[in-house]
Amino acid sequence: MKKQTGTAETKASRRQFLTGAAALGAGAVAGTSTARAGNPDNLPPNIPDWSRYLGDGVDARPYGMPSEHEAHVVRRSVPWLTADPVSSVNFTPLHELDGILTPNGLAFERHHGGIAEIDPADHRLIIHGLVDKPLMFTLDEIKRFPRTNRTYFLECAANSGMEWRGAQLNGCQFTHGMVHCVMYTGVMLKDVLAQCGLKANARWLLPEGADASAMTRSIPMEKALDDCMIAWAMNGEALRPAQGYPMRLVVPGWEGNMWIKWLRRIEVGDMAWHHREETSKYTDLLENGKARRFTWVMDAKSVITNPSPQAPLKAKGRNVLTGIAWSGRGTIDRVDVSIDGGANWQTARLDGPSFDKAIHRFYVDFDWDGREMLLQSRAIDSTGYVQPTKNQLRAVRGENSIYHNNGIQTWLVRSNGEAENVEVSA
Amino acid sequence: MSKFLLDVTVALAMVGAAWTTAHAEDLKLGRAATPEEIAAWDIDVRPDGQGLPEGQGDVIQGEEIFAEKCAYCHGDFAEGVDRWPVLSGGFDTLQSERPVKTIGSYWPYLSTVWDYVNRAMPFGDAQSLTPDEVYALTAFLLYTNDLVDDEFVLSRTNFATVRLPNEDGFIEDNRPDTPTLADGEPCMSDCKTGVVVTMRAQVLDVTPDDDDD
Ligand code: HEC
Repeated sequence: MKKQTGTAETKASRRQFLTGAAALGAGAVAGTSTARAGNPDNLPPNIPDWSRYLGDGVDARPYGMPSEHEAHVVRRSVPWLTADPVSSVNFTPLHELDGILTPNGLAFERHHGGIAEIDPADHRLIIHGLVDKPLMFTLDEIKRFPRTNRTYFLECAANSGMEWRGAQLNGCQFTHGMVHCVMYTGVMLKDVLAQCGLKANARWLLPEGADASAMTRSIPMEKALDDCMIAWAMNGEALRPAQGYPMRLVVPGWEGNMWIKWLRRIEVGDMAWHHREETSKYTDLLENGKARRFTWVMDAKSVITNPSPQAPLKAKGRNVLTGIAWSGRGTIDRVDVSIDGGANWQTARLDGPSFDKAIHRFYVDFDWDGREMLLQSRAIDSTGYVQPTKNQLRAVRGENSIYHNNGIQTWLVRSNGEAENVEVSA
Repeated sequence: MSKFLLDVTVALAMVGAAWTTAHAEDLKLGRAATPEEIAAWDIDVRPDGQGLPEGQGDVIQGEEIFAEKCAYCHGDFAEGVDRWPVLSGGFDTLQSERPVKTIGSYWPYLSTVWDYVNRAMPFGDAQSLTPDEVYALTAFLLYTNDLVDDEFVLSRTNFATVRLPNEDGFIEDNRPDTPTLADGEPCMSDCKTGVVVTMRAQVLDVTPDDDDD
C-alpha cells in the first residue's frame, strides 16, 4: 500500500521548509521533528505567561505525562506490514531519544494476539515437567526471591527485516525501531527453577504467555541458567501491559520473541518443542532453500539516529551526530562512522554506561559545511564481531531471511539537511 | 559435533549444579501445583507426539469446521484471503525470489500445526476447539497441501507416522557468517572509490505519513 498523501507538492514544500523558505509542517515524513517558529511575544524582552502566572499544582497530574510540545514523540506503525493491528508491531521513535534507556511509553510493541490486560491477583505462574516439585507462584511470591536490576536491549529478530531487498522505509523509527532498552527488576530464573528442583535430564524450557496467542518458545537450559530473569518492572515501575504485565521472561541478547510476556507457565523438558514461532517464523531462509533455526543471538548492530530521515540537519556549522549500538554477545567496544558511504571511517565517542547486552550511545561532534553526506555507522562488540554491510549479509544469506538483518545503514544527507534511506555501491 | 550439541552438553553439566543448589537452600516459596491445574494449562505438543490428547478427526470433518471457523481469513482451501496467512501450497518456492512458506512447503513437523491451531486459532477465539476438531482441522490442512487423500483420518495413534516434506530443510545456527576481528581489522581509510547511491527509499515511497495516523 502506498501512502496517499506524499504528493509532489507537499514534498516540494518540505524541501523549502528545510532551506528556511516556506510554510511549516506540510507533508512531513511521519514523526519528523519539525521546529516550529514559536511566538515572539514569549521571547526577550517580553515576559511569557509562564513566568508571570502560577502553573498547575501537584494534584493536577498524578501520573506525569510529557510536555504537550512532545506530542509527536510516539510509537508509530506501518499499516501495510501486517493484516491486522492486533497481531502487529509499532516502532520506537529512536530519532527522538537520547542516552541508553527507552521510556516505558515509547518501547516498541509486538504482540501476536493483542495486549492481555491482566489483574495480578488473577495471574499465576506454573513451573512443571522435569522438576522434583511442580510449583505455582503468585507475583508476590516471585518477588520474594533475591532481586536483581539489569539493563538490557530487546530487539525483535525482524527489526530491519523490510530492508533485505533494499532501502524501503524512510526513518530509523521504521528501519530500526523494533528495539528498546530498559532496566529490568526481577529475579534470576535459575533461582526459581532451583526452588522446583531440576531433574538430571532437564535440557529445555518452554515458557508460555497468558495472552490470546499463548506464545511459546523453546529455550535451552544453558541460557536459562545463565542470565535469564523473570521481571515485573521496567525502568523502576511495573511492566506496561504491552510489555507483559504482570511478569515477563528476560532473555538477554536473544530474539525479542523469546522474552515471553504475560508469563504463565514454564514446562521443563528434555528436547525442543519446535513450535510455530521457531519453525514457521523466526527461522532464517537462505538462498539455497535451507533455513537456519534456533538463531537466537542478536548480532551487533548500530544506526545513526540523528541526522536521519525523520530528523534532518537544521543548520550548518556545529552539529552533533548521534546513534545507538548494541550486541547480543556482550558490550560495544567501538563504533566507527563514515560520512562518505564507507570509504573512510572515524571512531565515534561512546558515552554513558556500557552494560552487557544493552544499548550504547555514540556521538560525533562535527562542523557541517552543507556538503552532501552518505552517513554510515559500524559497530564492533566485545567478542570482536564486526557489523557487516547489507551486501555482505546478502552474499551469504540471500534476500529472503526476513530476520537478523544487522547490516550497516546508509543515510543520504542532502545539502538542505534532508536525509533519505539509501543503499550505496560496495 | 555441531556447536548446538556441544551447548546441550554444557547445559547438562550446569543442570547438575543447579539441582544441588535447590537442595542446599529451600526458600519455601510457591505452592505445589496440582495435577489438575497442570493438566488444564499443559497444552503443548512436541514432534514426538508428547502432549497429544486422545482423539481423532478426518478430512471431511476438517473441511466443514474450516469453512465455518477459518476460511474467511485463510480461504476455502487454506490459500489465504487478502493478507491473512497462506497455509497451503508454495511447493518448490523456497529457492525462488518470492518463497511461499506454508505447512506443506516449509513447516518441519505436523505437531506444530496441531499445537498452534489448538493454542491460538481461530484468531480471536483461541483455545475454543475440541481435540477432535483440532485433529480434523490438521487432517484437512494436510489434505489442502496434497499430503493425504480425502479419506484420511488423523488420530493420536497414527500422528507420528505423518512426516512433512521439509523436515530436513533446517540447519543449525552457523553465525557469525561475515568477517570478524579474527579476520583482521576492518578498513578505516580509502576502503572504496567512486561511491554511488544504488537504491533510494523515496523511489518506493512506502513510509507512512503523519496523516495516516
Ligand atoms: C480472523 C482471522 C482468522 C481466523 C478466523 C483464523 N485465523 Fe489462523 N491466522 C490468523 C492470523 C492473523 C495468523 C497469524 C497470527 C500471528 O501473527 O501470530 C494466523 C495464523 C494461522 C496459522 C499459522 C500460519 C503460519 O504460516 O505460521 C495457522 C496454521 C492457522 N492460522 C490456522 C487457522 C485455523 C485452523 C483456523 C480455524 C480454526 C484459523 N486459523 C482461523 C487469522 C485467522
